[in-house]
Amino acid sequence: MQKFTVVDAIVAPMDRPNVDTDAIIPKQFLKSIKRSGFGPNLFDEWRYLDIGEPGQDNSKRPLNENFVLNQARYQGARILLARENFGCGSSREHAPWALEDYGFRVIIAPSFADIFYNNCFKNGILPIVLNVEIVDRLFKAVEQRPAYKLVVDLHDQVIATPDGENIRFDVDSFRRHCLLEGLDDIALTLQHVEDVRAYEQRRRKITPWLFTDID
Amino acid sequence: MAGKTLYDKLWDSHVVREEDDTALIYIDRHLLHEVTSPQAFEGLRIAGRRVWRPATNLATPDHNVPTTDRQKGIVDPVSRLQVETLDQNCADFSITEFAMNDLRQGIVHVIGPEQGATLPGMTVVCGDSHTSTHGAFAALAMGIGTSEVEHVLATQCLIQNKAKNMRVSVEGELPAGVTAKDIVLSIIEKTGTAGGTGHTIEFTGSAIRALSMEGRMTVCNMAIEAGARAGLVAVDDATIDYVRGRPYSPAEEYREQTEAYWQGLHSDTDAVFDKEVMLNAADIRPKVSWGTSPEMVVSIDDRVPDPQQEADPVKREGMINALAYMGLEPGVTISDISLDKIFIGSCTNSRIEDIRAAADVIRGRNVASTIKLAMVVPGSGLVKAQAEQEGLDRVFTEAGFEWRDPGCSMCLAMNADRLEAGERCASTSNRNFEGRQGRGGRTHLVSPAIAAAAAIAGHFIDPAKLES
Ligand code: SF4
Repeated sequence: MQKFTVVDAIVAPMDRPNVDTDAIIPKQFLKSIKRSGFGPNLFDEWRYLDIGEPGQDNSKRPLNENFVLNQARYQGARILLARENFGCGSSREHAPWALEDYGFRVIIAPSFADIFYNNCFKNGILPIVLNVEIVDRLFKAVEQRPAYKLVVDLHDQVIATPDGENIRFDVDSFRRHCLLEGLDDIALTLQHVEDVRAYEQRRRKITPWLFTDID
Repeated sequence: MAGKTLYDKLWDSHVVREEDDTALIYIDRHLLHEVTSPQAFEGLRIAGRRVWRPATNLATPDHNVPTTDRQKGIVDPVSRLQVETLDQNCADFSITEFAMNDLRQGIVHVIGPEQGATLPGMTVVCGDSHTSTHGAFAALAMGIGTSEVEHVLATQCLIQNKAKNMRVSVEGELPAGVTAKDIVLSIIEKTGTAGGTGHTIEFTGSAIRALSMEGRMTVCNMAIEAGARAGLVAVDDATIDYVRGRPYSPAEEYREQTEAYWQGLHSDTDAVFDKEVMLNAADIRPKVSWGTSPEMVVSIDDRVPDPQQEADPVKREGMINALAYMGLEPGVTISDISLDKIFIGSCTNSRIEDIRAAADVIRGRNVASTIKLAMVVPGSGLVKAQAEQEGLDRVFTEAGFEWRDPGCSMCLAMNADRLEAGERCASTSNRNFEGRQGRGGRTHLVSPAIAAAAAIAGHFIDPAKLES
């Protein structure tokens, strides 16, 4: 997983509550055998004027010019500003895969759906919960100033605005550690390889039959 | 200090390390299928990681496989690619796979126990929520997500927080014609679909003890529908008799050792549970679900409930929506509901005992002319072969049923088997969610005997009331 330290990037606003995982990445793309390549189909139903199918050449599809991510001023955005209950719906991991593949590393919202929130951390995305007033203020600022940028510093847990304001945020210390170090759960567990081997040795004595091969 | 529950014992014996509330637990058996594994293998490749213990994994394609004309291969290219990807991944990472045309292929939760790959005292995981099925063997068995599938492949471990203990006791003797499926539907009717959330459920009591291993698997299969990630039944002689002599069961040299170890797999008498639910077996009747959640269940001789009688406004709203989707009016007698299709199969009810139970009802009778399709989909190639040896396939085909090849089939309609919009189905599967068996399809969850009787009568009926 990519290390996360400071993200200094353009902010794209997604101004509606309850954006569900089906809106983030529609059902028809879930039959894919890949975890990468979902970026072009992120928010597919809102982003394009036709109905998306897996395997299409997305560059040839008619764009919905009104959709935020299609507007010139938000190109290159890596921070998504969102509303309440972002990421509700199914537990499948395709939604964070699509956001990450598109290029988002930070999502700021007043609240997130539970499973989605956890899945973000597993996939290198930092979800930040801020109170509604601050989120409101950010939405106004993004609208007023083209190419509005924020600097998100995970180490110091602070967001710096172009006006010199510093907004503090909370994050679970274990999750913060994993993101800062670029550790996915697997890398973390592999730090304890010796413990796993010791366990296997112990168990081999008590329950040797559990170590017979399936072939 | 209070004694330990079975779950406590299984948990304690698998903790590799622990920090605060988070534990690393060791996984003894990992089962795989084609839908939730491709991205996990892709992740391993990208990170350049290997599989920790390839020889403890067992894979089979089940969700996407066709149930007819298998020799022709899979027609839908997307399904075909998923299955071929599983074949390739298993070959690349040295994992044993029962491929589509292997006689041992089947629904992953049927073949695990059938092969002796599921053993008492194990931790068993699979990227599939119905992994709870394997808890019938006093194995701690849980469904996991794709990131976790990758984690288990790479490390043989899982990062977990311990769940709470819940006990569901079913005491007494079941009335004639009442089966394991009726028990578990009654339990969910009582606990609701969130009743077991955050808990591991141990099913106990004389009625559970009296069940065959197949019946216990049916009960544990639906623990997830009660909100619990895992369900358990303690070891007894039936467990050990079932496990002995299967292809992957422990070699003879371990006979005494396993006997002693397995016999200890039960809750201590002074163990304390965080939550308790009790049912009286004598009160349980054959069950039929009427709505779009497995807790929306009534007895076969009952009526569709009236939302206006429900005090809780959120529940009332849910009932109204469910009835609209199901195309049912409050107060309708369950036996007046006519069916379009009959599905006997799924990891809940596709084992030999289920097929025998359905055949007993069908024998010498014919499927009603109003039924568009009645199908039996055995849980594995071996179940199918066993049934054919007993002549059960002919009982079904002579009555007008279709006798298919093993897989998940119309349980979730990822292959060609599905309901059309508005079609009504008596199904022995486990989920009656909107669109589960096909967009707009209406699912009634029942036992194999009730599904079989519905096929004959064309509507729901107590099998005891069928004319001979
Ligand atoms: S039979 Fe149905 S519930 Fe069981 S594993 Fe297959 S799709 Fe899932």
